[in-house]
Order: sequence, then structure tokens, then C-alpha cells
Amino acid sequence: MIALAGLAVILLGFLLRVQPLLVIVLAAFVTGLGAHMAPLDILALLGKGFNTNRYVTVIYIVLPLIGLLERHGLQDRARGLIANMRGATFGKLLAVYMLFRQITAGLGLISIAGHPQTVRPLLAPMAEAAAERDGELSDERREKVRALAAGTDNIALFFGEDIFLAISSILLMKAFLEQYGIALAPLQLSVWAIPTAITAFIVHGVRLQLIERRWRREGQR
Amino acid sequence: MIGLGFVYWIAGLVFAAYAIASARGRRWTNALFWGLLATSFLLGDRLGDIGNGVLVLALVGTALAKLKRPTDPVVRPEMKPLGNRLFLPALVVPAFALIGTLLLRDTRWIDPKQVTLVSLAFGVIVGLALAMVWLRPRLGEPITAGLRLMDSVSWAAVMPQLLAALGGVFAAAGVGGLMGQLLGHLIPSGSLIAAVLVYGLGMALLTMAVGNAFAAFPVMMAAVGLPLLIHAHDGNPAPIAAIGMLMGFCGTLLTPMAANFNLVPTALLELRDRYAVIRAQAPTALILLGINLLFLYWLAFPR
Repeated sequence: MIALAGLAVILLGFLLRVQPLLVIVLAAFVTGLGAHMAPLDILALLGKGFNTNRYVTVIYIVLPLIGLLERHGLQDRARGLIANMRGATFGKLLAVYMLFRQITAGLGLISIAGHPQTVRPLLAPMAEAAAERDGELSDERREKVRALAAGTDNIALFFGEDIFLAISSILLMKAFLEQYGIALAPLQLSVWAIPTAITAFIVHGVRLQLIERRWRREGQR
Repeated sequence: MIGLGFVYWIAGLVFAAYAIASARGRRWTNALFWGLLATSFLLGDRLGDIGNGVLVLALVGTALAKLKRPTDPVVRPEMKPLGNRLFLPALVVPAFALIGTLLLRDTRWIDPKQVTLVSLAFGVIVGLALAMVWLRPRLGEPITAGLRLMDSVSWAAVMPQLLAALGGVFAAAGVGGLMGQLLGHLIPSGSLIAAVLVYGLGMALLTMAVGNAFAAFPVMMAAVGLPLLIHAHDGNPAPIAAIGMLMGFCGTLLTPMAANFNLVPTALLELRDRYAVIRAQAPTALILLGINLLFLYWLAFPR
């Protein structure tokens, strides 16, 4: 049971606002020591895991390109595109993006969009420009629009990708249940992601419309 | 065959360039941090497990010494008469990832398992080449501009990778089995509603603690899903697994531990509130968690 103390370390670390990377390393050592592993073995396990999971951090190679294009006005261009579009409100824009992201993720294309690639250079400035059509944005609302742009990308990705048969989470479920003698085809699992995918689009889409309507009623603030 | 090795080589060079640019600006801790990450990408396979472990400790130590935030002011865009052509290099990246994934999967040249990452890396190279030809910036400008964004993401960039490593330690220590014993005592025997609640909320809460639904799934499935929902209550395994995973995703939307989804965008979008993205997602996530509990209860069990 002492090995569960690692989870307590994570919780406590966050409550006490300890540097998160340190919290993770401490949790690893507490867990390992609790399971009677030697400190050097824990270090090796941590190093091995870090090395095999490097692909998680690869996406930052896109930043020099994005940074360069932004210095030459990419965000302004993205804003301009929306400013000239009739009827483009930020709620509609984000809902359309959500649908696009859910469908492409459902086809397994999860890396074609994301925070460094599409949200920061394109989606967030477009959403801001659409929100600005109703008048000047307060700092508070500008933050909210940007945060909603990022959140919409996450929600669409999470509740779209599981429809794809060969996505890692589906394969994980299949492999895990197989160990216990339950054989399922990926399709049997992925169809159950469809009701939630539709619900997610409705719930989030309605929320976006409500936020937009409320802001319009309150006027510029 | 082109595979992850190629992608890691590119990533190593980019992070090494960030390190050199940081050192030239006399930002030594940042230079060390990005330099260590470059070392991991370029030499990680030759360092051995302990060597990589020491590298992890060095990274964390450097992060504790406080990485500097970007200081140089945002350069006002110098507008050249490129017009909407400016979008093209930016769209090359997703377009390559898309087309590569669809068309190159069965070629002999690219590792079929890594085709998306490889295509993405090629997209970055082609996009950058296009931008260099059209915009004619100084040679070092992409790196200075990229470093500004990288420094705003800062140490959060390696958090998901480190959490994945922690998952390996959890697995080796048998945390899943222990958790199962603990939760088994919590549920009154025979109560389907209690079992559904513990399974669903457990998926969300455990995902929040470890930052990843993949790590929570084996634990909750072994602890509650298999023995109670599937065996004791005759539930249908497919919806129990699939909807359980989705409830874990609701947890991912609510936790700072999922740094790449929730903390990195607040840095990239320069938001003052570190939890702004989590706040924006929370109402949707909580409503979906509730609806998924109902879906599970209605759809997975014989009536």
C-alpha cells in the first residue's frame, strides 16, 4: 500500500505549489521505494521511460516556422480574413472548427491541428477578430476568447479521436481486455464513442452560443 | 527507412539551436535546459537508462533554478506585400501530415508506424524553406522567433514526457492492483449505481491525478470494471471500456497535470491566468461527465 503514496505526493505537491517537474520525480521515487525498488533502479526506469517517450515533445520543431511567419504578420492576416467575412461570429467560427477537428480526428488525423500549429497562429486570432466585430474587446474577454479557442481544440480532439479504429486509446482497451479473455474488435469499441462525440458537439456548441449571446446583451465591457 | 530517428535528429538540432541562441543572449539556465533536451534527442539512445535518468534529474534541477521568460519585445510585423500567400507555409505543415498519413503508409521509405510524425517533420522543413525564400529574413530569425515562443512554454514542454516516464514506474510498482484492492472495499456489494459511480468518477479523478487517461484506464478497469461491472452485473464490456475512457478524457480537460493540453496553450496564447484554459473547458467537461455516467448506466447493462 505504501506505493500508493506516490499519488499523495502528486496531490500534495500541487496543493503546495511545488515545481511540477520536481513533484513528478519525487512521486516516482516515493512509489518505487514504497515497492522496495533500489534507488538506482528507479532512476534507470525513469530514464528509460523518458527516452522512449521523446516523440511526445517533438511538436516544438514547428515553432521556428510559426514564429517567423508571425513576425511577418500571420496573425494579422488571419484576423483580416475573418474581419471581411459576413456573419462570422466567434461562436459560429469555433463551432465550425470543432466540427472540422472532430471529423478529422475521427478519421485518425490527430496531428494536423493543435495548439502550436493551428490554435496560436490561426484559430485564436480569428476568434478574436470575430468577437471584435461587436466592438472593442476588454482584456478579460480577449483572454476568455483565446482560452475558449484552445479549449475547443482539446474538446473536439478528445471526443473525436476515439471514433477512429486504430487510435492508441482503442488499441490500449482492446489489448487490456484481451489479457482477461475478452476479445473485442476495435469497431465494437469505437462505435460507443459516437453518442458522446455528438453530445460533446451539442453541449459545447450551445455553450459557445450562450456565451456569445450573453456578451452581446451585456454590451461592451 | 525513415523513422523516428530522423525526426529526433531534427528535433535535436532545433533544440541545440535554441540552446545556442539562449547562450548568445547570456540566458545561461535556459541555454542549459534546451541543451540538455537537445542531448536527449541526439544522444539519448547511447546514454543508457541510468545516463538518461541522470539527464532527467539535471533537467529538473535546471528548471528549479528558474528559467527566464521571454523578454525581448514582440517585434511589430513588417508587412511585406505577400498577402494571403503568408498562409501557405503555415498550412504546408498540417497538409503534409494529412497527405503523408493517407498516402505514404504503405511505401517502403517511411516507417508505417511513424508516418504522421515523419510527414510533419518534412512539412516543417518545406514550410520553412518556402518562408525563407519568400520573406528573406536574416538566417537566424526563425530560431530567435521560435525561441521566444519556446521560452514562453518553458519547462512545461517536457512535463508530458516526464509523466509518461512516471507511468512506467507506476506500472513496475503495481500501483494498479493496489488501487483495485482499496476501491473494492468502498463499494456496497450488489449496488450497480455505486459501482458505476466509483468507476466513472474514479476514471475522471485518477486521470486528473496522473494527467493521462491511458494510465488510469488499466487501474480502474482491473479494480472496478472487470470484477463488478462486467462480471457481477453482466455488463457489456465494449461500452464499459469505451465510455470509461471518455470519462477519463473529461478528467484530462480539468487538470494542470495534462500540461500539453492545458498549460502549454495558456503560455502560447500569453494568458495571465495559468488555469484559463481549464476554466474555459470545465463546464463542458462536467456536463459530459454526467451525461456519460448516464450513458454507461443505460447502455451497458441488461434491463
